[in-house]
Amino acid sequence: MSASATTGLHTGQPRSRVDGHAKVTGAAKYAAEFTASGLLHGVVVSSPIAKGRITKLDITAAMAVPGVVEVFTHQNRMRTAWRNAKFQDEVAPPGAPFRALYDDKIVYSGQPIALVVAETFELARYVATLVHAEYDIEAPSTDLRAVRGSAYVPSKKRSGINPPPKPRGDAPGVLADSQIRVDAEYYQPAEYHNPMEPHASTVIWEGGGKITVHDKTQGVGNTQAYITNVFGLKKDDVHVVAPYMGGGFGSGLRPQYQLYLTVLATLQLERSVRVVLTRDQMFTFGHRPETIQTVSFSARQDGTVTAIRHEAIAETSTFEDYQEVVVNWTGLTTSCENVELDYKLVQLDRYTPADMRAPGAPTGQFAFESALDEMSYKLGIDPIELRLRNYAETDENQGLPHTSKALRDAYRLGAEKFGWAGRNPQPRSTCEGHELVGWGTATGAWDAQMQKTSASATLTPDGKLTVATASADIGTGTYTILTQLAADALGLSMEAVTTKLGDTDLPFSPLEGGSWTAASAGSAVQAACCKVRSALLGFAQEMPSSPFKDVTLDQVDFKEGRLVLRNNPGIGVAYGDIMQASGLEQIHMEESAARDPAVQKTHASYTHSAVFAEVRVDEELGTVRVTRIVNAICAGRILNPKTARSQIIGGVVFGIGMALHEEALDDSKIGRFMNHNFAEYHIPVNADIQDIEVIFVDEPDDMTSPIGVKGLGEIGICGTAAAIANAVYHATGRRVRDLPITIDKLL
Amino acid sequence: MNRFSYARPDTLTAAIQALAHPGARAIAGGTNLIDLMKYSVEVPSQLVDITHLPFAKIELLPDGGLRVGALVKNTDAAYDARIGESYPLLADAILSGASPQLRNAATTGGNLLQRTRCYYFYDTATPCNKRQPGSGCSAIGGTNRVHAILGTSADCIATHPSDMCVALAALEAVVQVSGPEGDRSILFSDFHRLPGAEPDKDTSLQPGEIITSVDLPAQHFSSNYTYLKLRDRASYAFALVSIAVALEMEGATIKAARIALGGVAHKPWRVPAAEEALAGQTPGSEVFGKAADLMLAGAQGQPGNRFKIALARKAIVRALKQAANGTPQHATDKQIQ
Repeated sequence: MSASATTGLHTGQPRSRVDGHAKVTGAAKYAAEFTASGLLHGVVVSSPIAKGRITKLDITAAMAVPGVVEVFTHQNRMRTAWRNAKFQDEVAPPGAPFRALYDDKIVYSGQPIALVVAETFELARYVATLVHAEYDIEAPSTDLRAVRGSAYVPSKKRSGINPPPKPRGDAPGVLADSQIRVDAEYYQPAEYHNPMEPHASTVIWEGGGKITVHDKTQGVGNTQAYITNVFGLKKDDVHVVAPYMGGGFGSGLRPQYQLYLTVLATLQLERSVRVVLTRDQMFTFGHRPETIQTVSFSARQDGTVTAIRHEAIAETSTFEDYQEVVVNWTGLTTSCENVELDYKLVQLDRYTPADMRAPGAPTGQFAFESALDEMSYKLGIDPIELRLRNYAETDENQGLPHTSKALRDAYRLGAEKFGWAGRNPQPRSTCEGHELVGWGTATGAWDAQMQKTSASATLTPDGKLTVATASADIGTGTYTILTQLAADALGLSMEAVTTKLGDTDLPFSPLEGGSWTAASAGSAVQAACCKVRSALLGFAQEMPSSPFKDVTLDQVDFKEGRLVLRNNPGIGVAYGDIMQASGLEQIHMEESAARDPAVQKTHASYTHSAVFAEVRVDEELGTVRVTRIVNAICAGRILNPKTARSQIIGGVVFGIGMALHEEALDDSKIGRFMNHNFAEYHIPVNADIQDIEVIFVDEPDDMTSPIGVKGLGEIGICGTAAAIANAVYHATGRRVRDLPITIDKLL
Repeated sequence: MNRFSYARPDTLTAAIQALAHPGARAIAGGTNLIDLMKYSVEVPSQLVDITHLPFAKIELLPDGGLRVGALVKNTDAAYDARIGESYPLLADAILSGASPQLRNAATTGGNLLQRTRCYYFYDTATPCNKRQPGSGCSAIGGTNRVHAILGTSADCIATHPSDMCVALAALEAVVQVSGPEGDRSILFSDFHRLPGAEPDKDTSLQPGEIITSVDLPAQHFSSNYTYLKLRDRASYAFALVSIAVALEMEGATIKAARIALGGVAHKPWRVPAAEEALAGQTPGSEVFGKAADLMLAGAQGQPGNRFKIALARKAIVRALKQAANGTPQHATDKQIQ
C-alpha cells in the first residue's frame, strides 16, 4: 500500500501526545514502579577499583542484619550460561559481554561486586555499606591520549556498523602535493546518556519458574532473549512488560547489569525483586566513547576538495570491540575523489562504550565539519558555498544514489531563516558590549533505516481499534504517531484508537533505536490496518444486498467508522454492522513490514540537516551563550510536526551539551570518572537554551519505508556541536578542537 | 545510608542537649546532609531536627542592621523586602546558587554549613582527608577542575561551595551561635577556616553549638555592589569563581571597598590589602587590576584548575567595574554586564 493511503485527518498534523495525560498524572508505569506482594529490594555494591582482583569478600556483617535475605556475590550466585554467545544481545559488539558477579576479576571502576537483597530498600542500602571487600589492585589504563599508539583495527566487524569504506583514489599522494591544506586534531570526551529515569528492573516471581520482567529497555524482545539465553529459560516463562521509558538515548539498548542481577536474585530466591541503580551507578556502564580524530584535507582555490584523510581513534573495553560509524560521514557528505578513512580502537580499563544518540555521527561531524569551516576561512569562501561546491549527489562511500536528498533546500531554507546572507565573513567582526557575536554552520547526517517489524490491528464492533507491536516509546512520541496512522487507516478519531507497546506478548519488533522506529513500527501498523480494511470489505461484500459486491479496495473509503463508496459516500455501512452481520466479535489482523531488499541494494538512504548557530562570547571571561539555532531537517515525511519538532529540539539541546558542557572527567590514576552525578556532570539547563527553530524540508521519499518516513531521533544532534564550535571561531577567531568548549579554553 | 535515631526538640536547650549525643548532627533543610548520608559520607548516629526552634524570623536590629534567623529559608531571605532593598548583594548571591526547589528548602544556617563539592569528598571509593582524616588527598594530582587556588594545604584543596557566604563575607556579617558553654558571636571571616592540617574541620563551630542567626551590619552597600558568578553552565552549577563586591563611593572616588571571592578557597576569600588599595582611588582598569593582583597574591593552581587564576583576575576587574558603575550582575541575567 502506498503512503498516500494514510493521508488523512491526523497523519502529518500536529497532535499532542496521547500518553501525555498518563505521564503527567503518574498513571504511566515505569520499570521501578511495578510491584508485587512480598517484593524484595536489591542494592548493588560497586567496585572502587578499576583493575585487579577481589582477594576477600566478607558478607558476614551484612548477612547478620535481620531483614537481609541474601547477599549475592561471585562466590554464591547460581550458575548461568557458559558461552559468551549466550550473553550477546541484538546490538552486542564482538567480544565477551560483561557478566556481573562472574568471578573475582575487576575490569572497570564501578563494576558490581555484590547485590544485597533485603525486605526494604532502606535496609538493603544500609547493608550494602556493610559488605567488606579487599582487593589486589593493578594500575589501570584509562588515559586514551597516553595509549593511542596501541590503536588497532577491530578484527571483527560489529553487526550493522559499516567499517570505513576502502580508500578511493590517492589521498596521501594528493595531500602531499597540495598547497592548501587543513591538518588538525579533534577530541571528543566520554559522555553519558543520563536519562532522567535511572536503570531499573522489577522482576515478578509468578511461580512455577515463570517470571514477569519490567525492565528499563528500548526493546522487550532483546531483554527476553537475553534472559532466556543467559538463564536457560523458555520464552514462555519470561514475559517482559515495559510500556514506558523515561528517556533512553541508547542506554537501554543493551541489557544492563541490573537486569541480570535482578533476574538472578528472583530465580535464586523464588521471590519478586526490584533493583534500581543510583545516579552514580548510571555512570558505571556504556557511554559515548572518548575519541581522538585527525583530519587532513586539501582543496583548490575554487573550493573543490581534492583529498581527505580522516582517522578516528576511539576507546573500547578490554572485553568487547565496540564500534560505531565515526569517519564514514565525511565521505558521505563531501564529494571527493581521493578519500582515506580510518577507524581504530584502543582498549581501556573501562566498561564497553555504548550507542549514545546518533552514535559516532556528531563525533565525526564535529571533526570534519570543523575542518571544512577552517578551510572556508583559508579560501575566503562562505562555509555554505564551500559545502555546495562539494555537494555529494550520491553516496560515494557505497557508490549508490540516494533515495532522496533535499540537503540543498535545507541549506537554502535554513540560511534564509537564519539571515545567513547578512553575515560578515570576517571573524571577530561583530561586537556587542562585552560580547563577540559569531555565526557558524555545519551539516548533519544520519542513517534512514527500516527494520522488519510486525504489528496487529484489532477492530471491535463498537468501532474501537487497538494496534500493537512490541516496540518501545522511549519518550519520542511513538504511541502518538502510531495512533495517528491507525486512526487515518480506518477513518477513526484518535480517541477510538488504543496503541499498545512494550510487551513481549505483542507482535515482534526489534529494538527501538537508530531512528528506525517510526518507519518500521509505523509501516507495520499501517500494514496491519490495511489487512483489517481488506477484511472489512470482504465481510461487507457478504452482507445481503451489499452495495460493495463488485467493488475493489480502491473504490471505497474508510471514513468516520464506516465503509463507504468513494464515488457515492452516502452509501456505506458502519464497521459494527458489518461485523454483526458476519457474527464477528472482532477483526484481528497481524502483518509485518520490512524495507524493500531491492532498494537496499540499489540506493542509500540518509537523513540530513543544515545547522546554523549564533553564539555570544564574553571574550574576557570565556563564557559562551548559544543564542540562536536554526536546524533545517531533511527526513522524508513528517508524521506529526509537533512531536517531530520536540525530537529535533531535544537533539539540538543534546548538541549544545556536547558543544559546551558534557564531559566525564577521568582520574586516570585510579581509572574512575569522578563527576558521576548531576551536580558535576553538566548537561544544559533551561538557562542555557535560547531560540531553537526547526524547519522540516519537503523531501518526498517513497523508497526508505512504505510510509515515506526516514526517522528523526538522531538527526537533531548531528552537526550541532560543529556549528556551535564554528560560530565560536567566527566570534572570536579562536578554534577550539577539544570538546566541550568550556571557559578555560577561551581565556 | 546508615541507621540513625531522630529527635525534634522544641527548645534551644533541648536541641543543644540532643546534639551532645556522640555523632549527632543538626538537620534543617537537609539539602546537603541527606545527600551526603545517601553517599555514606555523613554517617550521623542521631539527627536533631531543629526546624521547630524559633529562628525562622528576619528582624531589625537596634543598630539598623538585620538579624536573619538560622532557619529562614534561602528563598525567603532572597525575596525579603528589607534584604532586597538594603542588602541586594545578599539577595543576588542567594539567587545565584542552587535551584528554586533547593532554595525553598535550604536554610540560612545550613547554607553556612554546607560541605565542599570536591569529587573525592563525595566518593567513598577514594581517599579524602576531609572525609577520612589521614587517608590522603586524591584531588592533588587528580581531577581538580573545581578546586581551590588560594589558602590550600598539602592535605586539602577543597573549596567552600556557597554563594550566599561570599556575600556575607563581603558584608562582614556576624554569626550568632549558642552552645553548651552559652552564646557567642563569630565574625564571618572567623567562621569558616582554612584546611591546614585538619581539613575535616570546615568551621570554627564547637561541638554542640547551633547557629541561631546571621546578623547583617547596618552598612548596606546597596548602591554599588555586585555578585558575579562564573560557572560551567548558565545556572545550577557551583562557581568556578565568584566575586562579591561592595563599594562605598564618595562622588567619583571609592571611599571603602569589600571584595570576597568564592569557588577559590576553603572559605570566602578576603584580602584586606586589596580592599585598602582601592580606598581613595578613582575607579579604573589599572586600579582594579592592582586590587585583583592583591586578591590573588599567592594563588597556586593545579593542572586542572590553573585557569582559575587568570579567570579570577579578569572577573574581579569586571565585578569592580560593575559595582563602581552601579550596574550589578543579577542572577537572572543571561549576559554578563
